[in-house]
Amino acid sequence: MSEAAERLETFLSRVPYVRFLGMRAELAGDEMTATLPFAPHLVGNVAMPALHGGVLGAFMEMTALAQLSVISPPGSRVPKTIDIAIEYLRPGKAQVTYARADVRKVGRQIANVHVEAWQEARSKPVAFLRGHFLLKGA
Amino acid sequence: MSPEALREIARNMVETVPQASALGFKLRSIEPSRGSILTPWREDLVGDPDTGVIAGGVITALLDHACGLAIISMATDSKTPFSTATLDLRIDYMRAATPRADVIAEAHCYKLTRTIAFVRAHAYDGDPADPIATAQAAFILKRGPVA
Repeated sequence: MSEAAERLETFLSRVPYVRFLGMRAELAGDEMTATLPFAPHLVGNVAMPALHGGVLGAFMEMTALAQLSVISPPGSRVPKTIDIAIEYLRPGKAQVTYARADVRKVGRQIANVHVEAWQEARSKPVAFLRGHFLLKGA
Repeated sequence: MSPEALREIARNMVETVPQASALGFKLRSIEPSRGSILTPWREDLVGDPDTGVIAGGVITALLDHACGLAIISMATDSKTPFSTATLDLRIDYMRAATPRADVIAEAHCYKLTRTIAFVRAHAYDGDPADPIATAQAAFILKRGPVA
């Protein structure tokens, strides 16, 4: 396992809320794809049924944090979210959701990250997130 | 709609929606244009294992849900109930939540058009004047039964 994959694994296994969501993530080189398998407790609208908007937002925020863990120096603590802006394009259906984070800038203290979430096709995104994160050293 | 009927819808929305019930949400109050929800701290919802601080995602879901509640409270004046879908949600995190403290969100739907609701919300865990996070959101209204 590469060092980056180890850092990702550490992040995923150490954060209790990652398990609550049931989120997973895989690295292919330096590209990470996060996966959120469907689970009944993630539903926000039973009639449709659709994923809770907060769940999609939370999944994308965790995707950003997971991607930052991949590129952070070993032993770094979980970055702190400063702000996020979420745009919802389609309802999140009762099926698996994927997300990828694009780290647009990493400064000394702050990272700017864009995240995209989709289900059947990446060309049909369900939501976007843009966020700023405060980086914390070891 | 009577205040009792509204409270029943609100309780249903806060306590039986699967994600809300999974997070342990409790209805605090509902009145026209305003709603408030509490979420208890739980070990399995921690986002930072070094500090025990609850995950930002929980706060996101809480603020989103409180916004929906504030919008549903406007249904008192409406013959047709409606459900909501989040269009956009912006959250600023002012500080980390206090470990092991319950978090409260209060939301205010300050403008409702035929199709869109505009809402502000804040979350705190003790002093309302010292917020953990504030939110600004827009929701689409869908006419039909409240989900």
